Amino acid sequence: MKKPRKRSMLANERDNGMNIRKFRDGLFSKSTLRGISAIIIFGIIWELGARSEELFGYRWPFLGLVPAPSAVFVSWGGLIGDPSYWQSWYMSFLRVFAGFMAAVVIGIPLGLFMAVNKTFYGMAFPSFEVLRPIPPLAWVPASIIFWPTQELSIAFVTFLGAFYTIVINVLGGARSINKQFLQAAQSMGASQWDIFKRIILPATLPSIVVGAAVGMGITWEVVVAAEMISGGGSSGGGAGGGLGFFIWSSYVGGSYEQIIVGMISIGIAGYMSSELLRQTGGLLTPWLKTR
Amino acid sequence: MSSDKLNSQSNSEIVVKNISKSFGAGPFAKEVIKDCSFTIESNKLTVMIGPSGCGKSSIIQLIAGFEMPTSGEITMNGEPIVGPGKDRLVLFQESALFPWMTTYDNIMYGPRARGEGGAEAAELAEFLLVKVGLEAFRDKYPAQLSGGMQRRAELARAMINKPEIMILDEPFRGLDHMSKELMWEYYSGLYEEDRSTNFFITTDIDEAIFLADRLLVMTNLPTSTREVIEIDIPRPRKIDDVADSDRANEIKTEVMTLLHEEAMKSFSGGSKAAADFLEAYSKRAG
Repeated sequence: MKKPRKRSMLANERDNGMNIRKFRDGLFSKSTLRGISAIIIFGIIWELGARSEELFGYRWPFLGLVPAPSAVFVSWGGLIGDPSYWQSWYMSFLRVFAGFMAAVVIGIPLGLFMAVNKTFYGMAFPSFEVLRPIPPLAWVPASIIFWPTQELSIAFVTFLGAFYTIVINVLGGARSINKQFLQAAQSMGASQWDIFKRIILPATLPSIVVGAAVGMGITWEVVVAAEMISGGGSSGGGAGGGLGFFIWSSYVGGSYEQIIVGMISIGIAGYMSSELLRQTGGLLTPWLKTR
Repeated sequence: MSSDKLNSQSNSEIVVKNISKSFGAGPFAKEVIKDCSFTIESNKLTVMIGPSGCGKSSIIQLIAGFEMPTSGEITMNGEPIVGPGKDRLVLFQESALFPWMTTYDNIMYGPRARGEGGAEAAELAEFLLVKVGLEAFRDKYPAQLSGGMQRRAELARAMINKPEIMILDEPFRGLDHMSKELMWEYYSGLYEEDRSTNFFITTDIDEAIFLADRLLVMTNLPTSTREVIEIDIPRPRKIDDVADSDRANEIKTEVMTLLHEEAMKSFSGGSKAAADFLEAYSKRAG
């Protein structure tokens, strides 16, 4: 009786030990340490460069003109408690989310339909390919004209940023399905609908996830530029204008530290969105993790 | 549990009569199969062997009903074949297991797709998992299985549909030699249990002789039947017995001679450079 219990306890301990070690290894792994030290070294060089005039008596090129990271952090600290700063985050996220979701909801079915229907592909693909190279930002003036509110025109331009990438990835993924998967399903008596639902859709999922991830990146690029150009949307006036407008108004107001704060904020926001998407994508495609 | 769970409707045979198949049209048409006839006899394991790239896989596409012959007729139990069906299941060269489904879900695909995924099918799936030795890999994805396991999972996925005829297109290609021999014994064991109609395509002479009741030797492109050999080696067969058997070696020599002739034809017929090479080579050897 005693022996097996003891053994299982040992096994438990070993498992716990393994898990803790795994966690510790993950937290302090070489690649994490490399990443952190690179950021620290970069910060030091930046700080030295920004203070070069008082420290070394002459101003370093480029870095000498930029606010020091310490000053940026002080400025950031002041903004943390400022609701209008968080309002900028919120507005940008809202626009990215709206544009991105619209692109997903319209782009995935469109790509799939183009892939499975030759007639529709023949009709839609040429127009799609003509529209695709037009940069989303080239749409800004036109969309301001034909959308009733500025908010909608920003969301539309953001939508375009993700839309083309998603469609082209879905289309490519669905068209490159291994023919044998389809033949195998067919010979086992599957209906067209079942083949679409349980073969074509899951086989395209990895491409959908890739398309969405790339599209998300473009969405952030586009939303910031659109906010700058359009003057922050309907709410206007600095507060509530989104991170792009936050940067622009900081520049106009001469607060250079805040420009940097805005830039880093966008970097963090973009990283967060991509990470969220990667995690969701991982949940949707569990079989890819086993490779 | 006995194998009568799987007993498929027996006495199914396929007759291939004077079929030809060309790809492309007009002056660019390439004839792959020319006036080819043979019979896949019921309750026998028919193996087709031929030089690689000779159009064997095209024959499978026609028998499975994925494509139609340019001329000639293929009938199953007297009925012409007009499209794919679950009475003729194909195991492809490369694994066609769906990567996004676990072993169990892959096996259950056929019944579920036809709306027959009830308790009976589930029970049969569990039975087949044990039969192919994958019960421990029930909830693993194909990428987590070895090559041999993938082939066995695919066999189970086909068998659950109780096909009248099982068509296997070089299923053990790409496996290492050890797994290959294990799969031969395993597969021929499965066949010996229920003796359903099987059609097996290969380029491997040892594989062909070990497995076959009847061996079809094919010509080079455009392909047709060159020779039909009855393999009268008693069953159940074991690798060592067959390797040592005089009869097997006799057949092997015969088949090799036939295949060598076909290979030569393609050399002299196809490419001037290859013919020159062969001539030069024979002069040097002489």
